[in-house]
Order: sequence, then C-alpha cells, then structure tokens
Amino acid sequence: MASSGKFGRIRPLTVMAQGDKKEGLDGKTGGQDIYFPLNGGDFSDAGAGSKSLRSELAALGVPAQVIRRAAICAFEAEINVIIHAVAGSLHYLIEGETLTITVTDMGPGIADIGLAMKEGYTTAPDWAREFGWGSGMGLPNIKKNADALVIDSVPGEGTTLEITINLASPSNARQE
Amino acid sequence: MTVQELIGRLGLELKNNGCVEAAINGCYASDMLSDVLANGKEGNIWITRQTHPNVVAVAAIKGLSGIIVTGGRQIEAETLEKAASECIPVMSTPLQTYDMVGMVYNLLLKNEER
Ligand SMILES: Nc1ncnc2c1ncn2[C@@H]1O[C@H](COP(=O)(O)OP(=O)(O)O)[C@@H](O)[C@H]1O
Ligand SMILES: [Mg+2]
Repeated sequence: MASSGKFGRIRPLTVMAQGDKKEGLDGKTGGQDIYFPLNGGDFSDAGAGSKSLRSELAALGVPAQVIRRAAICAFEAEINVIIHAVAGSLHYLIEGETLTITVTDMGPGIADIGLAMKEGYTTAPDWAREFGWGSGMGLPNIKKNADALVIDSVPGEGTTLEITINLASPSNARQE
Repeated sequence: MTVQELIGRLGLELKNNGCVEAAINGCYASDMLSDVLANGKEGNIWITRQTHPNVVAVAAIKGLSGIIVTGGRQIEAETLEKAASECIPVMSTPLQTYDMVGMVYNLLLKNEER
C-alpha cells in the first residue's frame, strides 16, 4: 500500500514475528528496530510493544517519568490500531537520546485529523467501550506526552503515527 | 498506608500475589482507561469495574499501587497472572464503586490526620 500522504509514502506493513529485532532499518545505523504486530479487534497482543519499550528504557537508565510518557504514547497507539484498524504494527527505534515509536496500520484511515485530535471525539464501537476504551482521549494523551507527533493518514489506506521522545530531558515532561 | 493495611481495614479480598507492601498516596476511580492514563498518579490505588488484562498495562505504566475491582465482578485469570508478574496487587470487593470510594476516601483522610 505504498501511497503518498501528507508526509510522503506510508510505510508498508512489515510482517515479522513479535519482538524481532532489525539493525539499522530505514537507512539509519546504530539503532535497534523492534516490531510488534497488532490485529484489529484482538486485545491479546495489546501492550506487548509498550511493555517491551518500558523494560528496554529502564535497562538504559532512562528516568521513570520519561519511560511513563513513552509507554503512554505507545500503549494508546497500540490500542487505536486494535480498536479502529484492520491490522498494523508498532515498532520503536532508540538512537542515542532519541526514541522514535512508529505505529502504522492498514486502514480505514482518519478523514479529519483535527477532529480526531479533539478530546472526547470518538467513533469507538460498543465492544471497545465495554473494555473501558473510547473516551476520545487517546490521541490527546499521545500529543500531551510526546515531544513530537506526526500523523499521516490516507482514508481507505491507513494511518501512521510517528512519535518522538527525547530520552535525555525529563524537564520536557508534559505531565508530573 | 500500605496496600496490606488497606486490605485489612476494608476487608478486601486479595486475588493474586501482588506487592502489598507498596505505599498508597491517594486514589483514582474511573472505568475509562485513557482517563486513568491521563489523570492517575504514581502510588494511587485504582478503583474500577474493569477486569480484563488491559487494566494491568495501565496500572504498570502509571506505577499505581494496586487495583480494587468493585461489585464482586469475576476477574479474568490472565489479568491476575499478568498483574502478579508486574507486582500489582488486585483486590476484590462486593461493594459498588460509590461505597468503596467513600470508604477509601475516609480511611486515607483519617490516616493523614494522624
Ligand atoms: N489508527 C486509527 N485508524 C483509524 N481511525 C483512528 C485511528 N486512531 C484514531 N482514530 C480515530 O480518531 C478517534 C479518536 O481517537 P482517540 O483520541 O484515540 O480516542 P478513542 O480511541 O477513545 O476513540 C477515534 O475514535 C477514531 O475515529
Ligand atoms: Mg484511542
């Protein structure tokens, strides 16, 4: 589904086993790219990516409040794929002091990103609400906790979130 | 106040092998998981009716001291196991959320006054 959205090509879904590591993906070097597949409607893999991220960051000695911000972003993005999309994946890359979390899915895409970013806006189905999701706070939570958030979405094709966290500056914390 | 003390004072049923020596510094009550991710504070005890494994991820990410499930709801085995592996105590009460919140509120208030 290579397609041109606002920020160019949407990354094609890479099918890999959970937790597979790939060195120097996307032409970058020195980092480690770790993939987690996600399936729409299936909570069984929910949180696998954010959990792995938490332990990797803890092992690197990243401050607890920065780990918390990164994990909130990763978990909310994972849940969004499971609730709103068909299938997708989360991967994260730690390069020096920069963490990049990329969550990409195969649709349905977001028609109005401005509206989706509004706190309280939700199209979550009833089954998701029963599980306590669908308060329309997920994307606002990600925005609040990330140092940078880029959303690239093409209706009918898919959505990619690129979340950047500066691991070295707890003073950037948006939440105490 | 520790989770262990809270269990004793309120007659809660501990459902797993969580870390009951953790200190409680307050409480958050909500059934919406993004709300807890946004507004729960590290060390808070969480009162909810949600029982599926996603609650464990929320509690672990936020560093909550424990989860109290109200209304005597059946808690999935996977939730209890995952919580134990994250050292999070999961407790059960037959009381509904309103009553449980009131009791925890009074207890933590009295504890502060001492
Ligand atoms: N990956 C996605 N694919 C399609 N739509 C999405 C995706 N993520 C978010 N959305 C849309 O944006 C809305 C708001 O998302 P969010 O703030 O996370 O709240 P919630 O998930 O509780 O509905 C969703 O209800 C949905 O309409
Ligand atoms: Mg959401």
